[in-house]
Amino acid sequence: MPLPIPELFSIDWPLSLVVVWLLIGGAGLLAPRNLAFVGKTLYPLGALVGLALAVVAFEALGEAPQTRVLVLGLPDLPFHLRLDSLSALFLLLLGGTSAGISIYAAGYLRSGEGTAPGLQCLEYHLFLASMALVLLADDAYAFMVAWESMAFSSFFLVTSDHRKPEIRRAGYLYLLIAHVGAIGILLSFGVLQSGGALSASNGVADYTFAHMRATDHDAFWASAAFGLAVFGFGAKAGLLPLHVWLPEAHPAAPSPVSAMMSGVMLKTAIYGILRVSFDLLHHPLWWWGVLVLALGLITALFGAVFSAVQSDMKRLLAYSSIENIGLLFVGIGLALTFRSFDMNTLAALALTAVLYHGLNHAAFKSLLFLCTGSVLHATRERSLGKLGGLIHHMPWVAWLALLGVLASAGLPPLNGFVSEWLLLQAFLFTPGLPHGYINMLIPVAAAAVALTAAIAGYAMVKFFGIVFLGQPREEKLTLAHDAGILERVGMSWLGILCILLGLFPVFVIDKLDAVTRPLLGAGLGEAVRAQGWLLLAPINADRASYEPLVFLLMIVAVVALTFLIVRRFWHGRVRRGAPWDCGFPLQTARMQDTAEGFGQPLRQVFEPFYRLTRELPTSFDKLPRYRMVVEDHFWYWLYLPVAHVADFGSRMVAFLQQGRISIYLLFSFVTLVVLLFLVRG
Amino acid sequence: MEFASAILLQVLELVLALLVAPLLTGWVNQCRAWLQNRSAPSLWLPYRQLAKLFEKEVVLAHNASGLFRAAPYFIFACMVLASAIVPTLSTDLPFGPAADVIALVGIFALARIFIALAGMDVGTSFGTLGARREMLIGFLAEPALLMVFFTASLISHSTSLSTIVETFAHREFAIHPSLAFAGVAFTMVSLAENARVPIDNPTTHLELTMIHEAMILEYSGRHLALIEWAATLKMYVYSCLGLALFFPWGIPQGALLSNLLIALPSLAVKLGVGGFLLAVIETASAKMRIFRAPEFLGTAFMMAVLGMLVHLLLETGK
Repeated sequence: MPLPIPELFSIDWPLSLVVVWLLIGGAGLLAPRNLAFVGKTLYPLGALVGLALAVVAFEALGEAPQTRVLVLGLPDLPFHLRLDSLSALFLLLLGGTSAGISIYAAGYLRSGEGTAPGLQCLEYHLFLASMALVLLADDAYAFMVAWESMAFSSFFLVTSDHRKPEIRRAGYLYLLIAHVGAIGILLSFGVLQSGGALSASNGVADYTFAHMRATDHDAFWASAAFGLAVFGFGAKAGLLPLHVWLPEAHPAAPSPVSAMMSGVMLKTAIYGILRVSFDLLHHPLWWWGVLVLALGLITALFGAVFSAVQSDMKRLLAYSSIENIGLLFVGIGLALTFRSFDMNTLAALALTAVLYHGLNHAAFKSLLFLCTGSVLHATRERSLGKLGGLIHHMPWVAWLALLGVLASAGLPPLNGFVSEWLLLQAFLFTPGLPHGYINMLIPVAAAAVALTAAIAGYAMVKFFGIVFLGQPREEKLTLAHDAGILERVGMSWLGILCILLGLFPVFVIDKLDAVTRPLLGAGLGEAVRAQGWLLLAPINADRASYEPLVFLLMIVAVVALTFLIVRRFWHGRVRRGAPWDCGFPLQTARMQDTAEGFGQPLRQVFEPFYRLTRELPTSFDKLPRYRMVVEDHFWYWLYLPVAHVADFGSRMVAFLQQGRISIYLLFSFVTLVVLLFLVRG
Repeated sequence: MEFASAILLQVLELVLALLVAPLLTGWVNQCRAWLQNRSAPSLWLPYRQLAKLFEKEVVLAHNASGLFRAAPYFIFACMVLASAIVPTLSTDLPFGPAADVIALVGIFALARIFIALAGMDVGTSFGTLGARREMLIGFLAEPALLMVFFTASLISHSTSLSTIVETFAHREFAIHPSLAFAGVAFTMVSLAENARVPIDNPTTHLELTMIHEAMILEYSGRHLALIEWAATLKMYVYSCLGLALFFPWGIPQGALLSNLLIALPSLAVKLGVGGFLLAVIETASAKMRIFRAPEFLGTAFMMAVLGMLVHLLLETGK
């Protein structure tokens, strides 16, 4: 009898691909120190699996939801899995991005860096598999198991280079906040399950999402569940004020892992918040949207302002991720607000912008993190102040980074622009909201979004200009080598995704329709299809339109024509000479603007945002030293007080721990007596 | 037939922009010279300068990369694209749907990022200094410009420039107080974006104060010619944008060649008056310290946001 092969969109495919990922990870343990085997065989295989996952997830978009119950799990709580369009979209994101990152990682791995390659391979593929299971889980138990495996595997990946104390510290912080967040998620699921009743009065305690969906929640408990979910998933996403782990953990991790965490893992938190607020809860209240919008705006502005003053290239990108997460939350807030007033088409517009921006951010931010990985390998340097001029020695990395930078700055015709455009379009509809103050305040919030996008451009120019342009600030940079072939393939794949997502928005939005329709009962698919694939007009062509392909062709045509005309009518003579030295011939590469210098105007404009420590040299110093530390107020306002309280509390508890067995026996005795007393009563 | 004449008008508009842009710069320079009691340079001086620069050879710094050589072409192309979108002779432009006002802001940002990166490429302190200052001006001016456009979009329920201009020019006349705020903000942003006097001085090469000139210090020959031409185009595009948003009368609706009889003279008159006013502003004000620029642009940003609020409070009728 021939084996029945399931249809391509079946849930069995992603499940078996997850198993293959786990097997690949396990195979890494067979030869943990064999770099050729792990790097050149297992990681490329993992990339292929990622690609296959992207294909089957793409096929599953728009299909009816399918469920499976696994035999795994607790006796009365088996794992429930479900594949619907929302899961499929995020699986597509996971598969597509991980394909590029895995192939890059195959070339990136070197021996002698912390954890053995085989073990790292296991952690990496466990990380991928658990993210896929988070997206597939259909009950709170399976979700939390997958969520925690994701946190743990990524913790071990972050601390790959565990011999350095600052990396262990970053890993600890990450794990701590991940668990604070996990408590929020757990409680949120609890509220969703019980609907506020203290015991499971309705007799069902299976914690499945289907049950939560069917439960009616009153306004108070629905708000409680929503608030807890925002807290829990916000901690994972890097929402203010739970963002502090992000700029520590991202630079600590190896670059492919940073790319994975920033590009994909943050999106699982977005998935979670979408799942809870649009699927499990039925009808949002208007103030949920406003709350999320406000949080998102503050996060976005904060991330942008901080990313522009960083002097470590990976920290700069990490803050830029915070900014993008903020923008995603702004979109979610808008969608919730529209939804609460039953303006479903507009909610679909905002949600489409969110999903689109999620895809875009995965592509360009992973690309940029991979670029920093190549720079790091070639130069051993992460500090912007010691880089420069790399475009001459690493052309591949430089030009691909330029692509990522332009996409990240939200410039047409690349992908970052399309989603920001959709978001701004959604803002322009907010005056139609039937609520007195909201309809006036929200359009003004668009100003903050515009400001954020502009500051992001500033940060991106700083990143690219300081790393790749100018003269090399250190002697050794002239020895830098370009990325290897596998690294180039991985980065180019993500670069191509940036271009395609930017040039064919109609196609993408048509696919996103399959996600928004089950959640909101509305989508933009028909409206964009009606205009043909060239013209993007989400509502109608009179209102707003954008043709990225025409845009690009026009620019290319003008460039080509200008070039030809200039050459035809004039000449192409070029003479090389020294740059103009302003009459001061003793200039060195160290006299170029530094990263701190480039961020200086922003520090001046947004001074209250930062906690600045300056050490200025005086004219009497033998060795003049200039030091500038930019810190986050939240450390001092929120984290350190909380840490002090926790420290104080644990000291008090430690009083119990006398270290003498007689005391402990006394404790047991007292406990026994108290319990007996209580039970008797 | 309709489509053919629309294409013809589009091409005509582009050619006009390319040819007239240096003239506008020449006119502003001439007006300024008169106002300052100097003897004015020829109106055709910008053309002669462009021709001279195209003739000259290019001197490239030793470590200039491909980006440095490609940037002038990109910046020029961005400005050409921008001038193709802004309605001057007709609102029915075939390229109109390709980019709306948000994309237009995106085009300006694209050009700005390329010129800033090119300024950083050679690695002299001046280039980076200019790039940093330009990005400072840019990140404040860009959202202000976007908010001006948003006010117009909220009034006309569209972000397409053609629709905005049609609404303002050809529907019933209504007074929008919000547009007054937007107009002030737009003027301030245009001054900053075009490197005009309160923010930057187009004629100076004094090291401490220059912004735009510092970035392009390393450019020469045809590259410099393209950048200069792009700068004049940018000023032309901004002028036409201001005219289209705040004084749209005279821009014909249909794509009829006979409309040119009204469109061309009205455009010429409006640009002439606008250029003179620019010269007046430049003569009447002094250049600010660079650290006053954020205050100036912050005011522009606030004005633009205020314009939007005024629209929402007073004009939506709720």
